[in-house]
Amino acid sequence: MSDAFVSVTGLSTHLGSDARPIRAVDGISFGIEKGETFALLGESGCGKSITALSLMRLLPASGRIMSGEVRFGSQDLLRLSEAEMRVVRGGGMAMIFQEPMTSLNPVLTIGAQVSEALRVHPRDTATTDVKHVLDLLHAVRIPDPEKRINEYPHQLSGGMKQRVMIAMALAGQPDLLIADEPTTALDVTIQAQVLDLMKQLQRQHGMAIFLITHDLGVVAEMADRIAVMYAGQIVEQAEREPFFSRPCHPYSRKLFESLPTMGKRHQALHVIEGFVPSLQTRFEGCRFAPRCDRAMNECHERAPVWHVAGTRKVLCHLYTRGEGVTRRNEPLSVPMSVDSATRLAAEPGPLLEVRALQVHFPIESGLFKRTIGHVRAVDGVDLAIRSGRTLALVGESGCGKTTIGKSILQLIRPTGGSVRFDGAELTSLARSELRRRRSDFQIIFQDPYSSMNPRMLVGDIIAEGMKAKSAGATPERRRARVERQLQQVGLAADSAARYPHEFSGGQRQRISIARALAVEPKLIICDEPTSALDVSVQAQILNLLRALQAEFKISYLFITHNISVVSYIADEIAIMYLGRIVESGTVGDVLLHPQHPYTQALLSAVPTLDSETRRQVIRLEGDIPSPSNPPTGCYFHPRCPKSMDTCRQRYPRRSKISEQHFVDCHLHTRDESHPGGLKR
Amino acid sequence: MLVLFWTDALIFLLVGVVVVFALYARRREHLRTPWRQVARSGVAMGSLVVLGFYVTIGLLDSVHFRSALHTNGDHDQVQYANEILSVFDWLAAPLRARGEKTYSAPFAAYLYAKQTIDLPDGRQQRQFPRLKYGARHLHHPETEKTADILVTAMFAAGKGLVVWGVLCSALIAGLGKRRQQTFRSLYARMCAGRTTTRWRSMLFTLGVLIVIAFVAADLSLKYHIFGTDKVGEDVFYQALKSIRTGLVIGTLTALVMLPFAVLLGIMAGYFGGWVDDVIQYLYTTLSSIPGVLLIAAAVLILQVYLDNHADEFASAAERADLRLLFLCLILGVTSWTSLCRYLRGETLKLRGSDYIQAATALGVRHFTIITRHILPNVMHIVLITVVLDFSALVLAEAVLSYVQIGVDPTMNSWGNMINSARLEMAREPIVWWSLLSAFIFMFSLVLAANLFSDALRDAFDPRLRVQG
Repeated sequence: MSDAFVSVTGLSTHLGSDARPIRAVDGISFGIEKGETFALLGESGCGKSITALSLMRLLPASGRIMSGEVRFGSQDLLRLSEAEMRVVRGGGMAMIFQEPMTSLNPVLTIGAQVSEALRVHPRDTATTDVKHVLDLLHAVRIPDPEKRINEYPHQLSGGMKQRVMIAMALAGQPDLLIADEPTTALDVTIQAQVLDLMKQLQRQHGMAIFLITHDLGVVAEMADRIAVMYAGQIVEQAEREPFFSRPCHPYSRKLFESLPTMGKRHQALHVIEGFVPSLQTRFEGCRFAPRCDRAMNECHERAPVWHVAGTRKVLCHLYTRGEGVTRRNEPLSVPMSVDSATRLAAEPGPLLEVRALQVHFPIESGLFKRTIGHVRAVDGVDLAIRSGRTLALVGESGCGKTTIGKSILQLIRPTGGSVRFDGAELTSLARSELRRRRSDFQIIFQDPYSSMNPRMLVGDIIAEGMKAKSAGATPERRRARVERQLQQVGLAADSAARYPHEFSGGQRQRISIARALAVEPKLIICDEPTSALDVSVQAQILNLLRALQAEFKISYLFITHNISVVSYIADEIAIMYLGRIVESGTVGDVLLHPQHPYTQALLSAVPTLDSETRRQVIRLEGDIPSPSNPPTGCYFHPRCPKSMDTCRQRYPRRSKISEQHFVDCHLHTRDESHPGGLKR
Repeated sequence: MLVLFWTDALIFLLVGVVVVFALYARRREHLRTPWRQVARSGVAMGSLVVLGFYVTIGLLDSVHFRSALHTNGDHDQVQYANEILSVFDWLAAPLRARGEKTYSAPFAAYLYAKQTIDLPDGRQQRQFPRLKYGARHLHHPETEKTADILVTAMFAAGKGLVVWGVLCSALIAGLGKRRQQTFRSLYARMCAGRTTTRWRSMLFTLGVLIVIAFVAADLSLKYHIFGTDKVGEDVFYQALKSIRTGLVIGTLTALVMLPFAVLLGIMAGYFGGWVDDVIQYLYTTLSSIPGVLLIAAAVLILQVYLDNHADEFASAAERADLRLLFLCLILGVTSWTSLCRYLRGETLKLRGSDYIQAATALGVRHFTIITRHILPNVMHIVLITVVLDFSALVLAEAVLSYVQIGVDPTMNSWGNMINSARLEMAREPIVWWSLLSAFIFMFSLVLAANLFSDALRDAFDPRLRVQG
């Protein structure tokens, strides 16, 4: 691998104290060729980011590189002085981070920040600074760079900020761009824009990209070669096509199998039991062995060695023994006991019916708090969920999904419309009456770390709802129910006496589910319950949610931006844009035959694993407008590739495509003025 | 007969609260962890020992009684002395009783002022007379004094070291028994500073303090180690008596202010709307009034009341105590605003958090949410603020007494000592020891409190907490 442009050999990085170091990176080797995209794939806590920081020598204070060699061109980076390293950073290799919100200095203008990067790595002196900055902003396709150059980071959207970060990284004309989860914080349509931009810049400048991600879809879209990292080690290296057609390492295969897709709807997802081991442990055999269903005695006793076949390398005993290839494609699906099809005709009337729901937040200004406008977070939404069914509410960030969830629960009082739940109008209930009914509808939050009071025992957290409901009269009976609840969500009964911080993210999400279940709700609002979790843990939670639904006939309102999760778990789907629902219907109808241009764009922007059947990405320009000042007419028309004159003037009426499939779009309205409304 | 002043009662209430909290926290991991981190800081543990010394003296000085008089005779009824004493007064009786005529310098054998003395031969002469008590045992103070001081100090230090050694051995043996370690291994680990709780710093500070205490005690029996004041009272005794005043101001004020700040702050943040508006206007208004002005007005009104109703009080000490309590109240009323503001902000942040939303969704009542979810999560702010405020309040007492709106002039306090030093510094030759001793005592208390609160802040403030 010594001929590669960047070659890393036996790199080991430790964090924390010397006595019990965290071996975040434990002897990894790889090479990156000029101009290629090399992706490092793995779950959180595997040491991906520390690998990148080790390359840049930007480790946190407690981190240190124990051994190894990082060759960058002709230099050995680990032997350079700090002063020489500074020239390499930015000049030779540049880095962009996950969180564009915090990577820019909020008190400096965009121009000042980009030109700072330029001053550190000056090019030719003929052109002026400003000209350079404009060129760079132009290169990363920021519209209207002459104006943007004087704006501050808070005036830009997340996608714009990430472009500015890329512009700063490009300022030094690097040969290697390290991108640490560059699009994880962005919406799908914006992610598509940024990935597209990165690919284009790579072609123009011929730089190599070292892409770190946990998202198989992004890898499929971007990477030329892939390394899979697990517990501080690389376990598999391959080129893209062979990797996606047949992943070799059991871990890689499990990752694919735990991805939710529409095809797996009628079965339970395959899960990787347990979680990534602590990197403080000293490993005896294969690190994946405790979670591997193919583990043999040998796996627990001896660390595996690399098995090389052409461009592929895999670190697994199965291959060194020649077994791996033969048993690769066995069926792994586990049939689900209750099929969603049999639930279809479960109950006729809707459990929850939302009509013309409005949530407007006043914008106040001045000394006397005069209302000068409204943020129309939710602007006339109709929804209906039947008992035992799952409705997915899909949309990009800022479109009002979470506000809908909270206003159904009356955590935010809606400003208009009606919420009928099980025959009662929630918006007009008296407070005490509402409190009594609250146990019927519960919520599960996105962030498993902030959704529980850190100062309460798990048992008390779960029992809280019972106490409020005065269920389980005696403490003994309550304790028994808490234990039953914990077992139901797959946790040990003795978890009750521990604090939330002792649990991993997935386990905490189980506790949240147990807390909601403890009051026997009929409806649970799941507000992005898996988006903070790794793929394998996400599969565990999705399976759990489905099993609980089958057992207790609970309805879910599933709020998410993740289309693959929707396609797996939902029965019906509603697509939201800027506070309104633009298309709704059954999952099959909407996902397979999207009618609204926004739905079409959204679906096409989702990175797909299968490179053969990849759809043409419909690129949306610009960002989501502000809900305080929505565009006239159809809210989507400024970004819509098919917008017409009517779109600018009137908001479209609802049109019926089929019995359950509705869409708000002028393309589908058949009124008098546009007899040929369907001009696609 | 025990006499219970208002401040005594409140102090023991406070001690009770602290003990109950400590017992409660022992069983709760999340409360114990930050205290363990405090215990790992050597500076904090050293400061804690110093604070412990002060608190011990303050508590001893807070148990008041009237001693029984020896009745001569026939009826059974026991007569009690008019004078109200504390346990500390009783312990320090030799210091209290040995009044000189007027000023004398530290370790002096003669008065600081010339007086006309009748000589045995009938002549009169102006000279510095010998002190009644200070250095009385010496025949020729000029030649003998230095050696005597050194010898006494050495002996006292020796005694102190022996006592310290015994204490340390007992402690190590006791700890070793509890943790099932041999005396030797525990001793070796302590000396190397490898224990999780910083016993080495604690024991070292303890040793230094015990030696100082013994030296000071022994010397003060023979000399006035900090001199005497205008009416000949021992300044060392005054400074020790002032400890209680300082501690009362520092702690009771916090006790007064907490209900205001915690209740209003959390209510403002949690309920929002007009509740928030009212509370915000209240504390904004209150904090715009100069604190000194408000305190001056309140204290002067109280003084007028006390003067007009002197017969309602059993003793002057009781009156002075009431004034002290009132000063704590008014200081509390003027100083709750900043904590209230902090708590409002923190509660605003917590109110939006997922677990509060989840509790609301479960139908939990507002009061339960506040006590179960919000209060425990803002407690660290309360603790940090109270400890930080303590030293500021001790200093504030000195300033207020200096401008004569502080504690009663008859009450011993560092502020009063400094106030009287105002005139002493102006006279010729100057009397500097009152000021110096007040300064030394106040400085070491405030320094210890500040160092301790720094460590406390590091341990409790989640933003400063180091991960891993």
